[in-house]
Amino acid sequence: MTALSLERISKSFGPVEVLKDIDLEVSEGEFVVFVGPSGCGKSTLLRVIAGLEDATSGRVRIGGRDVTATPPAKRGIAMVFQSYALYPHLDVRGNMTLGLKQAGEAKATIDERVAVAARMLSLEGYLERRPAELSGGQRQRVAIGRAIVRKPELFLFDEPLSNLDAALRMATRVEIARLHRELGASMIYVTHDQTEAMTLADRIVVLRDGRVEQVGSPMDLYNDPDNQFVAGFLGAPSMNFLPSAALGLPGAVTGIRPEQMSISGDGPVAGTVTHVERLGGDTNLLVATGMPAPGDTLTVRLFGQHAHEVGETVRLGFARDGAYAFDSEGRRLR
Amino acid sequence: MNKARHNPLNSGLAHLALLTYTAIALFPVAVILINSFKTRKAIFGAPLALPDAQSFSLIGYQTVMKQGDFFLYFQNSMIVTVVSLGLILLFGAMAAFALSEYRFRGNTLMGLYLALGIMIPIRIGTVAILQMMVATGLVNTLAALILVYTAQGLPLAVFILSEFMRQVSDDLKNAGRIDGMSEYAIFFRLVLPLVRPAMATVAVFNMIPIWNDLWFPLILAPSEATKTLTLGSQVFIGQFVTDWNAVLSALSLAILPVLVLYVIFSRQLIRGITSGAVK
Repeated sequence: MTALSLERISKSFGPVEVLKDIDLEVSEGEFVVFVGPSGCGKSTLLRVIAGLEDATSGRVRIGGRDVTATPPAKRGIAMVFQSYALYPHLDVRGNMTLGLKQAGEAKATIDERVAVAARMLSLEGYLERRPAELSGGQRQRVAIGRAIVRKPELFLFDEPLSNLDAALRMATRVEIARLHRELGASMIYVTHDQTEAMTLADRIVVLRDGRVEQVGSPMDLYNDPDNQFVAGFLGAPSMNFLPSAALGLPGAVTGIRPEQMSISGDGPVAGTVTHVERLGGDTNLLVATGMPAPGDTLTVRLFGQHAHEVGETVRLGFARDGAYAFDSEGRRLR
Repeated sequence: MNKARHNPLNSGLAHLALLTYTAIALFPVAVILINSFKTRKAIFGAPLALPDAQSFSLIGYQTVMKQGDFFLYFQNSMIVTVVSLGLILLFGAMAAFALSEYRFRGNTLMGLYLALGIMIPIRIGTVAILQMMVATGLVNTLAALILVYTAQGLPLAVFILSEFMRQVSDDLKNAGRIDGMSEYAIFFRLVLPLVRPAMATVAVFNMIPIWNDLWFPLILAPSEATKTLTLGSQVFIGQFVTDWNAVLSALSLAILPVLVLYVIFSRQLIRGITSGAVK
């Protein structure tokens, strides 16, 4: 069964078209991540699904039910916001139960669901505290708890980790993945961070300028991108693009992932090292090549620790089967 | 910044400046209070002297209590001020919420139209207002004053409150919508508590001019039953003789309720004024 289906969703603010003809199906229990640069319309799409914005045209179905004209509270969704959006005047319990009380649930049901959610998120000791007395990570867990107690058909996450520091972000990411496994619920997650997208998603939807660029599993998108944008957006450090003519390869632009490049004495590209990043596990070199943009600076990711220095002249090689060819419009040539 | 704040010379000078200003601001009030407790002769003999055993007199207060229905004036002023403030805050906040929260055709124009009231003094329209009040039979009622003061206060209230409401997180309002709160519940239960400092600011800015106003009570409601405190005090000021004891006593009494209201609002007021600065 499909948890969510979008049919030709378009949205404009005045003359500005933010979403253009978006079609998408999410099956039950699936974790789908919308990813794209800022301003690509991913948050707007999520708000259209939530019912916080009306689509200019198109239909939204949740669990087979047409909810295009249904208010947010009756769509069977729950949403977790980037800024947590906890009610400042209510304690943790009040925050979690407000929605259920509004829906007129029995008190026993409410108490039971809060207890379950609090145990799941280890919030048991904090139920009587106000949001101001909680740390950032705890607030985000309360926001997630508020979503869980509603038992929605669809969870919506709007960049939930952006306000957390790096260590907490990693921990909360693992937590969200665990929740998804335990609840088996359908989830839609919006982020601009490709690492979150790669690590959490069953399927990734890459958006640009209000259009879906490509949909697929993280490894499909990584290994087989449809176009230059998707190839460049996923993967860190991002893919190198070189003019094909300089390499004698087909197409207009050739894409090579940094880990596919190597330092080799007889490589086809010459350049000067301009920066070295040593991460311990691997070493990233930035190499200036003198080729026209975007091939003027290339990133080389070497595994292990290497003794390269800034200013050193190197020759770069790459495996032919690790090269992707794109035409002048950025479309992939297969 | 931190270093400068701990420098004793700097903080001493800052305190000196503030104390000087406080003294200047409090001086007229102090003179009124001191002289309201003195005999007429002592008021003119030594206006700055404190009342002593010889010059102490409550004659002013006694005149005020005897002449005219002072408590009624008091009550009228209180009713007019409190009801007007309530209406300004309620309608101002509602309009501000609509302007800051919803996208609709003419939103900006409506905002500009409401802001016009800040620039054009309402007294320019006195004649028209009087004609309207006569036509509707509202002359010599407190309702006339309340309506005029509400209209007078709304532009600034809408202007200030809509600025503050724009700062209330959209996510919070959306969370409320997803939890099934109505737009009214979102307004009253989520947004209003968060803009309380701004509401206090608006309340104080509006309270003083309404309480002190002489113009509209004189024109719209001069009858004995609807006189406000400011208008009531005028009976002691004559063309040839002025009963200064009574005038000063009446003014002293008139300060009290404003002081009480100010104390109630002041903590929120300070937070409202400084909220932009300490983010």
